[in-house]
Amino acid sequence: MLQPRSIHSSLSFKDKLYSIDYVLVFSIFILGLVSILAMYSTDGGEFKYHTNSHILRFFIFFVMFLIISMIQIRFWHNQSYLIYFLFFLLLLGVKYFGLTASGSRRWLDLYFMNLQPSELMKVGLILFLAKYYHRISIENINQIRFLFLPIVALIAPLILVATQPDLGTALLIAAGGLTVAWLAGVRIKFFAYSGLAFLALLPIAISFLKPYQKTRILTFLNPERDPLGAGYQIIQSKIAIGSGGLFGKGFLQGSQSYLDYLPEKHTDFIFTLFSEEFGFFGSLFILLLYAVIVWRLVKIGNITRSNFGKLYCYSFATAFFIYVVVNMMMVLGLLPIVGSPLPIMSYGGSSMMAIMLGLGIAMSCKVYKDTPVN
Amino acid sequence: MLSPGSGNTVIKSKLISRRMFLITAAKAVVMVGLVGRLISLQINQATKYKSLSDKNRFREWKLAPERGAIKDFFDTKIASSEPLYQLHLVPENAKDLDNLFVRLKAILNITDRKVTYLKRVIKKQKPWEPVIVSENLDWSDFSRINLFLHELEGVEPIVSVARTYPDNSSAHILGYVSQISAKDLQTKEYLKELAVPGMAIGKTGLERKLDEQIIGKVGYQRYEVNAFGKRIREIKIDEGQAGKSFKTTLDYEVQKYTNELLKDKAGAVCVMDVYNGDIVSLVSSPTFEPNEFVHGLDKAYWNSLIKNDKKPLANKALSGLYPPGSTIKTLVALSALENKIIRPLDTFRCKGKIELYGEKFHCWEKDGHGIVNLRKGIQRSCDVYFYEVARKLGVDRLSETAKRFGLGKKVLSDFIEERDGVVPNTKWKKKYIGQNWYLGETLHSGIGQGYFQSTPLQLCLMTAQIANGGFEIQPRIIVDGKNDNLRNYLKHKNENPNEALPTDLLVSNFDLKPLFKNQEHINLIKDAMFSSSNEPGGTSYRHRLEDPKYTFAGKTGSSQIKRFTEAQREAEVKQESLPYKDRDHALFVAFAPYKNPQYAISVLVEHGGSGGKTAAPIAKKVIKKVLERHELRRSVNNQIGESV
Repeated sequence: MLQPRSIHSSLSFKDKLYSIDYVLVFSIFILGLVSILAMYSTDGGEFKYHTNSHILRFFIFFVMFLIISMIQIRFWHNQSYLIYFLFFLLLLGVKYFGLTASGSRRWLDLYFMNLQPSELMKVGLILFLAKYYHRISIENINQIRFLFLPIVALIAPLILVATQPDLGTALLIAAGGLTVAWLAGVRIKFFAYSGLAFLALLPIAISFLKPYQKTRILTFLNPERDPLGAGYQIIQSKIAIGSGGLFGKGFLQGSQSYLDYLPEKHTDFIFTLFSEEFGFFGSLFILLLYAVIVWRLVKIGNITRSNFGKLYCYSFATAFFIYVVVNMMMVLGLLPIVGSPLPIMSYGGSSMMAIMLGLGIAMSCKVYKDTPVN
Repeated sequence: MLSPGSGNTVIKSKLISRRMFLITAAKAVVMVGLVGRLISLQINQATKYKSLSDKNRFREWKLAPERGAIKDFFDTKIASSEPLYQLHLVPENAKDLDNLFVRLKAILNITDRKVTYLKRVIKKQKPWEPVIVSENLDWSDFSRINLFLHELEGVEPIVSVARTYPDNSSAHILGYVSQISAKDLQTKEYLKELAVPGMAIGKTGLERKLDEQIIGKVGYQRYEVNAFGKRIREIKIDEGQAGKSFKTTLDYEVQKYTNELLKDKAGAVCVMDVYNGDIVSLVSSPTFEPNEFVHGLDKAYWNSLIKNDKKPLANKALSGLYPPGSTIKTLVALSALENKIIRPLDTFRCKGKIELYGEKFHCWEKDGHGIVNLRKGIQRSCDVYFYEVARKLGVDRLSETAKRFGLGKKVLSDFIEERDGVVPNTKWKKKYIGQNWYLGETLHSGIGQGYFQSTPLQLCLMTAQIANGGFEIQPRIIVDGKNDNLRNYLKHKNENPNEALPTDLLVSNFDLKPLFKNQEHINLIKDAMFSSSNEPGGTSYRHRLEDPKYTFAGKTGSSQIKRFTEAQREAEVKQESLPYKDRDHALFVAFAPYKNPQYAISVLVEHGGSGGKTAAPIAKKVIKKVLERHELRRSVNNQIGESV
C-alpha cells in the first residue's frame, strides 16, 4: 500500500486554508450575525449587557473554532479519552463546587465565566465513543463485553447531569452518544432492549422527578391547563410566533418580547423572538442556515477517510440537528419545555463554546480528511 | 497490519454510511414537520394569534363622560358637573415615601390613620398604580399643593369632575346620582356600553328620568401594556362626549324660597303655570343633601335619613298620597253643575250634621251653616251641603269629572317615584275591594275623604285646569318650546273681542281640549273660590292678599287621619291638642291673580291640622314670590318662543 502524501501532518498553512469548508464557515458566521441582531432586539434595541457579551463570546469562540480547525485531527483522536475524562471531572466538580441558580446546580465559577460542563459533555461523549468504535473491530461491536464501556461512558455523565437536575441536557447528551453507537453498527435489538429497560424504569424515574418537572410534562400535554402558570410560556411563545405571520412585525417591533410577555427570550426562546419580528420567511431562513450547517457537516463525514472522522462528523451533525430541532419543537409547542438552548443563537457561553468546539473538530476532519488517525 | 485492517475499515465505513442514510432520511422528515408547523402557526392561524397578541398588548380604560347640566328657567345651573380637585400619588415616582408623607401632613391636614391606611394600600398594589391621597380638596389646599409640587415627587394633582348641586332646595325633583349598582346594569339597557367603573348614574327624580341622554358617551384610552400590566404608552384616546344639558321650567329662586318656608315641616308645594303646565316650583320637605350621595354615602347620614319619621327621601309632591279633603269640593260642585244635578242657587239647610240610615255625617261647623247655596258651600266649605250634592250626584259621575281633571293618574312621565292615586267609584270598589258601594261612601267621597287618594301635584293640576277656564294642559318640567296653544288662544281672543267664530271652532283651531260642557260652570267655581279666600267667612279669608295684582282664589282642605269620636266632637277637641301623628293633613289649593290667572298652587302640610291655618299662609307667601317674578319669567318665555 502506498503511503499517502499527507500521512504526515505537515500540511502547509496555505493548504489548510485552501481545504477549509468556506460554505460552513460562512453559514456559521451569518448565523452569528443573525444571533447578534436577535440579541440586540432582546435588549430593546440597545447595546446592553446581553448584546455586548454575546458579541464578545461569538467572536472569541468563532476564532477558537478556526484555530481548532487547523489542529491535526490525529490530535483530537488521540486526546479523545482525555478530553472526555477532563469534562467528566468538571461535571464532578459541579456536583461539589457548583453554583446553584433557580434550584439547579449546573455551573462552575471560573472567575472570567461561569462554565456549564454539561454542555461540553455533549461533545466530549461523542468524541469518546467515536474513538472507541473507531478502534474496535467490526466483529466485536455487538459483543456484550464490548458494550460495557460505552454504556458506562454514557450513563455516568448522564446521572451527574440529570441529578443537577437538568433533564433536558442529560437527554441531549444521551442522544449524541446513542447516535455514535447506532452509526457504529450496534444492533437494533440492543436499542430495543435498552428502550424497554428505560420504559420499565420510567415509573421509578418519574418518582425521582421534581414537582416542577412533572408539571412541565403535564403542561405540555395540555398548555391551557394553567394558562397563567406553567402553560404561560408555551402559550405566549405560540402567540408570538403565530402573530409574526408571513413577514413578521419588523425588527425591534416584536410586541410579545418587547413587552415582556415572552419568557426566557435571551436563551431558550430566542427563535420565538426572531420569528415574531421576521415572520415565516425569517424562520425559514434560520431553518435553512441550520440545514446548510448540518448538510456541510455530513458532507465532511462523507469525504473524510477515517472512520473516526466519519463517526464524529455524522454524530455531531446529528446531535447538532437534534439540538436545533428539540429547541424549535419546544418553542413551537411540539415538545415539553425541557430547557435546551438553540445552538449559536441562544445566549450562553458554555453552549457557544461547546458548539464551536464541536464544529472546530469537524472542520479539522475536513482539513485533514486524508490523514489516517492511527 | 494495514491490509486486513483497511478491509475491516472499508466494511465499517460502508455500514456507517448506510446507517447515516437512514438518519438523514429521518432528519428530512423532521424538517418537513417543522416547516409544516411554522406554516400552520404563521400562515394558517396568523390572524388568530395576531388578535391574541393584540389582546395581550392593548388594554383599554374607559373614561366617564361629563354629565350634562340641569338648569332652571333662568339658566341657573341647579345640577352641574364641577371640577373636583384630587391628590393622587404614584408610589414608584416617589423617592422616599415616608418623607413624602411627612411633607404632605405639613401641607394638608391628613390624619395618621389615613397615612397608615394609604401605606397599606400602596403595599398591596403595583408601584405604578396611583392611590388617592385626598378625594376632594378645596381650592386653597389644591393651590398650596401646586406651590410645593417641585418638592413633592410622586404626587399628582388631578382635576376631575363630579356632580354638584348648589344646595338642597330641589333635591327631590332633581333626584340624586350614585354609583352604578349590579341591578342597574341588569335592568338598564343603555348602561351596557356605558358602564365605567365608578361612574355615577341618576337614581331618582330628573337625574333618573333624563339619565340616558344626560349621561353622555363614554370615551376610552387605549394603552400598550407590558406583561406586568404597566402602561407603556398611550395609543389612542377618544374623549367621549359630554351629556346633553337640560333646561327645566323650575325657578331656582322660588325653590329656595319655598324650601325655606317648609323647613321643619313635613310637606310639599307645587306651583304650575295654568296655561302651559310649566312646573315653576316643586318642593318636598324635609329635604336631603344630594351632594352626599355622589361619593358614596356616609352610613350615619343614611341612617338618619332612613329613620326620620318625616321621610326626607320621599318626594311627597309626586309620591305622597293624601285624601284631597275639601279641595275636591270644587270638582263635586262642578260635576253637579255639568250634570244638571243642581243649579247654583239651589239651597240646602246645614244643621251641623245629617243622618243617613242611622249613620251620622257631621259638618266641620258643629252648629251648622244654615241656608247654604253653591257659592256659600264652597266659601265656608260646608260639608252638609256637599253631602247632599254628592248624594244626588252619585260617585260614578263625580269620579268621571275628577279623572277628567287629572286625578287618579300620573301627571308627569318617567318619574319612577310618582304614584297614581285613587279616584273611587262603584266599579273600582268591586274590582279592588270586592264589595258593593255604599251610599254613605258617596257622602265621604263628596268631601274628599274615604277612598280618595291624590298627590299634591294632581291637586295643583286640577286647580290649574279650573283656573285657565277649564282647558286640559300637559304639565312639563323640561322646556321644549311647545305647549303655548292656550296662551295663543287667549291672546287671539283678547285681540279680536268681536270675532264671530263660535267658541268650539276656535278651540279646535288652537288644538285645545276643553274639560267642560259649559264654561259658565267653571267661572262659577272660580268665583266661589274667590269668595272663600277674599270674602268674610271664607275659610282662608285671614290669609288673603288684597293687592289685585296678587289676589288669589283658593280652597282649603284637611284630610282626616283618624275619625273623631262622638266624645271628641262633643268636647270640641282642637287639632293642635292631638298627638302629631293623629292630626289632619292640611291642604290648600289656589290660583292667582284672580282676574287674570297665571299660576296654580297646591300646598300640603302633613299633620298640619286645618288647611286654612297652616297651608294657606305658606301658599300666600309663595304666590306673592311667584307673581313678583312673573314679568321676568314672561320675558324669558318670549325669548324661548322666538328661538324655537
